[in-house]
Amino acid sequence: MSTTGQGKGWDVLDSQDRARFEQLVLPHLDAAFNLSRWLLRNRSDAEDVAQEALLRAFRFFRGFNGGDARAWLLQIVRNTCYTWLEKNRQVELMTEFDEDLHQQSAANPETLAIAGDDRERLARALETLPVRFREVIILRELEGCSYKEIASITSVPIGTVMSALARARQRLQRALTQPAQQEAPHEL
Amino acid sequence: MSCDFSGTILHAYLDGELDAVRAAEFERHLETCRECTATLGAAESLRSSLQRAQLYETAPPELRKKIRTELKISAASTGGSSVAAWRWLAAAAAILLVTGVAWFAVPHFRSMGPESVTSAEVIDAHIRSLQAGHLTDVASTDQHTVKPWFDGKLDFIPPVHDFTDEGFPLIGGRLDVLGERNVAALVYGRRKHFINVFVWPTKDSDTPIHPPGSRQGYQWVHWRHQGMEFCAVSDVSAQDLHELAQLFLQ
Repeated sequence: MSTTGQGKGWDVLDSQDRARFEQLVLPHLDAAFNLSRWLLRNRSDAEDVAQEALLRAFRFFRGFNGGDARAWLLQIVRNTCYTWLEKNRQVELMTEFDEDLHQQSAANPETLAIAGDDRERLARALETLPVRFREVIILRELEGCSYKEIASITSVPIGTVMSALARARQRLQRALTQPAQQEAPHEL
Repeated sequence: MSCDFSGTILHAYLDGELDAVRAAEFERHLETCRECTATLGAAESLRSSLQRAQLYETAPPELRKKIRTELKISAASTGGSSVAAWRWLAAAAAILLVTGVAWFAVPHFRSMGPESVTSAEVIDAHIRSLQAGHLTDVASTDQHTVKPWFDGKLDFIPPVHDFTDEGFPLIGGRLDVLGERNVAALVYGRRKHFINVFVWPTKDSDTPIHPPGSRQGYQWVHWRHQGMEFCAVSDVSAQDLHELAQLFLQ
């Protein structure tokens, strides 16, 4: 696109850029909202943060090189969510990949199938996962992203995406088969 | 976890991220490893639970409006009044001036209530559907599978027909959103291309197939028939789209 902006403010984006933004980025608003909702675990914070992320995306739109617009937007959404969490709920970011806090329990497919039919239960189990596990599940299972896309959205190597996803699924299975331990979500 | 495969390899296999050689290797391993078979079964079951639970949460319409207002993007979907239409036309005119693209009309399909659908939204939805994994929610060439799939997911049942014999095989269907309302999207193949036919109910009277529109290399045709509004969009020729539209009218 032939644009000759002198500043970084979004007021300098001309109508051509706006049309391009509307065409390439706005269609992914649902994806932006869905990711925010699951990272922040509630809809109203997600609305605020998704809106902020979209405005940031618009400001940075000049820097978008025309690749995968969804991955580009989701990377901004994710960063905006993390900044928000740092400011408002720092403790959630401190729960790291602490794998062995709980004993392994073999996940029984039948139990899971029954548990999984209940949206509430599944949503709650998902919300007990540390945010870094939760995000790979959301991106893979709900958003249908490839490992490569997840790697670019979360700024980690593909190998890390693979292992995070494997562990996230194990944790989620455990959370579903051990409902009694869901009382203290962030300690899991 | 004692088996070497049961960690990341198994999950990469489940996600279709292994190359053919490694996938075949893992499948051979599966034949003898009970641990991996069980773990894979559990992971598959978890995946289908996640999908059945429909956890995806779409953006509330107010958020969409707020963002459009903030971005000063005039949105036809924010109201069906002539003011919105004029704003849209004004924006289109501005773009026209800037780009010098010949652009004859900005179609504005009136639909139920105050909402309306623009060609930009239809093309957006078409492009979005072509991204990996987004084309169909129900993939079937059988109209008797696709039609009941919509039951309970929408407040109307779209007409679903397979036109394989006429050169438009039914590929499947999915839910989509146009102008902030839920619509049915029927996906047809035409040689190696895909056609999306969006369907939603209308109170307006029937119209013949409108002359085709074209933008950014995409074509669309639009018509109303028996309380339903249809918009077919694709990169195939306008003539092909017209042919498909006529099949719907028969």
